[in-house]
Amino acid sequence: MKLSDKTRETLLGPLNVNNPVVVQVLGICSALAVTVQLKPALVMGIAVTIIVAMSNVIISLLRNTIPMRIRIIVQLVVVAALVTLVSEVLRAFAYDVSVQLSVYIGLIITNCILMGRLEAFAMTNGPWDSFLDGLGNGLGYAIILVIVAFFRELLGSGSLLGFQVIPQWCFEHGYVNNGMMMMPAMALILVGCIIWVHRSINKEEKK
Amino acid sequence: MKKLDTNSNVYTIVYATVMVVIVALLLAVVSSALKPKQQANVELDRKKQVLSSLNIDLKGQDAEALYAQLISEQQIDGKQVFVATLEDGSKKYIIPMHGAGLWGAIWGYIALDDDKNTIYGTYFNHDSETPGLGGEITTRYFQTRFNGKHILGAEGYQMEIVKGEAQGEQVQAISGATITSKGVETMINTTLSDYLSFLSGNGSCEAGQSSAESNIIAIETKEQVEPQVVEEVNDPYQEVEPAEVAASINE
Repeated sequence: MKLSDKTRETLLGPLNVNNPVVVQVLGICSALAVTVQLKPALVMGIAVTIIVAMSNVIISLLRNTIPMRIRIIVQLVVVAALVTLVSEVLRAFAYDVSVQLSVYIGLIITNCILMGRLEAFAMTNGPWDSFLDGLGNGLGYAIILVIVAFFRELLGSGSLLGFQVIPQWCFEHGYVNNGMMMMPAMALILVGCIIWVHRSINKEEKK
Repeated sequence: MKKLDTNSNVYTIVYATVMVVIVALLLAVVSSALKPKQQANVELDRKKQVLSSLNIDLKGQDAEALYAQLISEQQIDGKQVFVATLEDGSKKYIIPMHGAGLWGAIWGYIALDDDKNTIYGTYFNHDSETPGLGGEITTRYFQTRFNGKHILGAEGYQMEIVKGEAQGEQVQAISGATITSKGVETMINTTLSDYLSFLSGNGSCEAGQSSAESNIIAIETKEQVEPQVVEEVNDPYQEVEPAEVAASINE
């Protein structure tokens, strides 16, 4: 399938040049909270991607009928309904993950990325473009979460997705897991490092 | 067709009402459709917790079947007790516990040997303790510290969780998580005092035994056992004054 330039930018822009976390600095709070391990970060990323994409489509379909005065409320209701659905489904089919994510699934409602995309994009664009935009932004958020969680789990627990990757003899020779990585502050520092790397790579494009 | 005025008051109110009704219906349907599955998950999770207090590694095992095979839930002296019969024929009593940590609720299960004194295994979990600090109570390395300790000390049914090196019947706290560790201690001691009649009773689950009767037994048994125990664990208790320990923990 060939994508036009505009479509490609809608979908892929948020993954890199226009990333919601490292460029727009949105959705930081959940990025701190759920990235101690890779698995909840993955689930959180997928959940946000699904919710942004679907709410974008729904709002885009409704955009000509929504009364302007209550448009934020309408957006919130749509997002809240989707978040509740996802949380119920997780509780039914991935109970341990939903326990781990606990309150943060519910807090997707307040994730700035969602409201931002709905207001800025879905209210003025068609359903297909909105879907791609939601997908792109959700994945852009998920990528950062996964990168942060990768380093936090690797250095903090010596494992990835729950499997021990740092061999036992390292621990026997005095290697110690970095407890700092378990603290939320480290996620902020890691996000800072990612922003630094990202800005140095995209120096020209940003201008 | 005449275009609707999407900014009129009537339209706005009707729109909001319809939207809310649709969303409410949708959520209600999904919620009731998934409820049985969710409750099964919660129940399975509880069974896994009970089993892990028996030091059973549940990886790759059918927790449901194992639970049904090993554990029977009983009311002894009006208290809920899980009686487990292990594969080697030994009998364990598992007591559920509830308490408070630093940020929220903590809970757990404590498995006792047939003598209702020696700890066979423990399980702790928490709602919102700090990961890496108080959250460590869910780890095996903390839970196994209790194994082999005795709940019946010189001052009755009591456990002691101390900062630094643990001696005798004491259990070492988690460094950096003093309040959560104290919470675990309080939880265990409160539960044990609640279960006094069960612990000091003769272990039969005869329904006729009234709680008043079993309390008398409790006092008697305690008196019989106490002197002997004092002798056994005399040293550790003298080296560390309880008051001192309490003071150092409160720091």
